[in-house]
Amino acid sequence: MPFEHAEIPDRAASAQSEATENLRIIREVMERSGSFTAVPGWGMVVVGAIALPVAVFAALQSDIDVVLTTWLGLAVVAMAIGVYTLRRKMHRLGVTMRSGPGRKYILSLLPSIVAGFLLTAALWREGSTDVLPTLWLLLYGAGTITGGASSIAAIPTLGMSFMALGVLTLLLPTTWIPFILAAGFGGLHIGFGLFIAFRHDG
Amino acid sequence: MTDKIPSRLANPLQVRPNPVVHAAIRLSILSALAVGETLSFGDLKRIINATDGNLSTHARKLEDAGYVACTKSFHNRTPRTEYRLTVSGRTALTDYLQQMEQMLQVTREQIS
Repeated sequence: MPFEHAEIPDRAASAQSEATENLRIIREVMERSGSFTAVPGWGMVVVGAIALPVAVFAALQSDIDVVLTTWLGLAVVAMAIGVYTLRRKMHRLGVTMRSGPGRKYILSLLPSIVAGFLLTAALWREGSTDVLPTLWLLLYGAGTITGGASSIAAIPTLGMSFMALGVLTLLLPTTWIPFILAAGFGGLHIGFGLFIAFRHDG
Repeated sequence: MTDKIPSRLANPLQVRPNPVVHAAIRLSILSALAVGETLSFGDLKRIINATDGNLSTHARKLEDAGYVACTKSFHNRTPRTEYRLTVSGRTALTDYLQQMEQMLQVTREQIS
């Protein structure tokens, strides 16, 4: 049975306008719902501010074990700061870790972090430490990009910047590596952290 | 409450949309939950940009219709309310979307 086309054009236009508006609402809400906005900008600034002197200290060391211990120490402290400030911001915004976007963000970021720690331990034990800065920058960048896929636009950009620095460690002389690490874990965190803090409510 | 599933054979302009879904704020709540799976009251409030009272009222209507399930708990002595979409809620939203699409298709034919 075909549709009965008995409606007057005005009614049809009004119905079309209403349907279009409702579909727009659905699309916009779904986009917002899938986005995780509780990324702690100030937490990133603090991590970056700590990373800069740590990078200088590590660059001045001649013992590779001291260098790696310093960077791993920073990673642990940074994670603690990240988790604390994330929880604070989520609490302030009234969002939960169990919510869809929050869970996606954490689950996307976490595997790269865990892989980074495990590969660092394995390569350190084997004495293949030259590749570690590249590995850290690329894995952290990759995790940030995947986590950022369900977050604000600045996060994937941050991840891409880390990956670009990771590529630079492969192209530039090894003497540049401490500067690249400082630029990444210090500079990028401070820069993007300030942007997020001012643009995305803390 | 029974769902009004629009027949494929009916003129979509003459089929009344499901009144529980057919309100901007309730449509927004269902759409947010369709993506976010479980969302807290705060999540929903931020996403759909509603006031506490407005959100509570409309979420209750969806809950009464069986489209949304609500869980209340305490976290660090703070009350927490979480919402999730039920199977019938997802069906209602899908049916509503289908009806809107059919409505657009028919009106395009009528206007052109």
